Amino acid sequence: MAMDEIVDGMSEVSCDVLVIGGGTAGPMAALKAKLKNPKANVVLLEKANVKRSGAISMGMDGLNNAVIPGYATPEQYTKEITIANDGIVDQKAVYKYAQNCYSIIEELDSFGIRFLKNENGDYAVKKVHHIGTYVLPMPNGDTVKKALYRQLRRARILISNRYMATRLLTASDGRVAGAISVNTRTAELLVIKAKSVILCMGAAGRLGLPTSGYMFGTYENAANSGDGYAMAYHAGAALANLECFQINPLIKDYNGPACAYVAGPFGAFTANNEGSRFIECDYWSGQMMLEFYNELLSGKGPVFLQLKHLHPNTIEEIESTLHKVERPTRGLFQQGRGTDYRKESIEMHISEIGFCSGHSASGVFVDDFARTSVPGLYAAGDMASVPHNYMLGAFTNGAVAGADAMEFADNHDFADFDAADIAKERDRVMAPTKRDDGIPPNQIEYKARRLVNDYLQPPKVTRKFELGQRRLAEVREDMEQRMIARNSHELLRALETQSILDCADMAAHASLYREESRWGLYHLRTDFPEKDNENWFCHTLLSKKDGRMTSEKREVQPYVVPIADDEKDLYDKQRIRVSA
Amino acid sequence: MPLATYQTSVPVVVDDAKCIADKGCTVCVDVCPLDVLRISDMTGKAYMAYDECWYCMPCEADCPTGAVTVNIPYLLR
Repeated sequence: MAMDEIVDGMSEVSCDVLVIGGGTAGPMAALKAKLKNPKANVVLLEKANVKRSGAISMGMDGLNNAVIPGYATPEQYTKEITIANDGIVDQKAVYKYAQNCYSIIEELDSFGIRFLKNENGDYAVKKVHHIGTYVLPMPNGDTVKKALYRQLRRARILISNRYMATRLLTASDGRVAGAISVNTRTAELLVIKAKSVILCMGAAGRLGLPTSGYMFGTYENAANSGDGYAMAYHAGAALANLECFQINPLIKDYNGPACAYVAGPFGAFTANNEGSRFIECDYWSGQMMLEFYNELLSGKGPVFLQLKHLHPNTIEEIESTLHKVERPTRGLFQQGRGTDYRKESIEMHISEIGFCSGHSASGVFVDDFARTSVPGLYAAGDMASVPHNYMLGAFTNGAVAGADAMEFADNHDFADFDAADIAKERDRVMAPTKRDDGIPPNQIEYKARRLVNDYLQPPKVTRKFELGQRRLAEVREDMEQRMIARNSHELLRALETQSILDCADMAAHASLYREESRWGLYHLRTDFPEKDNENWFCHTLLSKKDGRMTSEKREVQPYVVPIADDEKDLYDKQRIRVSA
Repeated sequence: MPLATYQTSVPVVVDDAKCIADKGCTVCVDVCPLDVLRISDMTGKAYMAYDECWYCMPCEADCPTGAVTVNIPYLLR
């Protein structure tokens, strides 16, 4: 058989709980679902291989949001994230996370994942945020995926690797009924009927184009092409605050952080070309990113992470973490550039745009049980709307989703769906393989993402967005009418391109809807430069209604933890003031 | 529309002398998040078939014989 030859075939299976995405939230969701009802069938579907998939493919250097008794309280954390996210937070989910995450840390510890402890045996938590102390280094963070995988095998979770989910199946009453997926090596279809479905499919990280021009050099794992966002949208689920883009401060040309979270607690800091600090706090908020962006444009750039002033032993310690975990090619990159942390500062830049609640707040709208607006459908991790939830949030909310989804499955039978939906989806998926002549997916993807950079990157200008929408519509027509896939691997890319274009359309639509500026650089609209609490202190929910993309306002739920008036703008004061 | 191929230098390099794919090993192909590695029909060794790399390293880290090297793609080097 020729490499990646397309095989015509389709099969159907069923399970109680279907988890889609085996990165961070997914394995934990599958595990907790199975533990809740060991007799039930739990399937974990993964586009790559659960052993090494997702954002933490090579592990993680630390927890960025650990709420550990003695260092921080759930109330304090909830307050901090509410302020960092400009007030647009349903606190119940954040507060629940803050209460639950310590038990998840203990559980991860029991899996063999170790966290940094001081000489007294207490967790050595570091301060990076503006107010509280939540950053906990992970000295053996490279073992995370292995430790998780062991647990999945032990619990007898059914793992299906190399299947890309393309659409959810829904019943006539709107309830979720399962999913359709395609094998990335053979293009055979697999229909999975399920009583409940948990989406853990990561960020929409292949949206903007990195400045290096290398299409797969994205900040997020490039496999995270926003498939979950697109699937949720087409199933009728609401997506929250998509205009709150993710933009990160990264090493110039390299797609990883420099990284101030690791080096900051040791005394490193973000500096301009004069060697001066210009931001109060290195925590990644939209407000901080705006100051970063302003500094780059002001003529005082480039911006650097400065650590050459530190003791050589300290630098060595930082280096060993940065070059071993999360993005180990970071060391190789610095070596190639001849950057010695002892002598030189690290040049930084800003990343391409994406959707991700892990660092910002753009995600499928969920409540404090990880339930989406579609009955039986859950979402957790980077693609669900709980803001700033990082890796520990993915684990913690994945656990919540797993338990609740199993409870749903225990109380419901399979939902009926229209068999014609499968035939329709099969035609849609296979269409690029049926054409003899046309445009390959990489060109369609490149063009779409180049347009995202040209027209949708902040600062957001209404006229540019309208032009961008027109151009993207032209690319969509090409994608739907002329895209070709000559083998199953190209078909995988063709399907991802469709997710990317869906996300680009959603990014444009959501951004035009919110007529104010909020979240610093993430939603900086030149035509509406001010924050407008009177009209826009609300979520925006985007969804598909009667086949059309629509947006609406949704009120922010009453706070569980009150925020005093003089605390609300703490994150607006990111720029260091020069005292006379 | 006629198609042409164009040349690209790929970041993942496999040392054929060390690679044991011809003995049935598929570890690097299995773990790649972007699914860009394949076993060559001609040589029986692993190679990078698609230049779509996130240079994340599982292929290098998990290779049992140390045959795989991940380089930074030229465009961002």
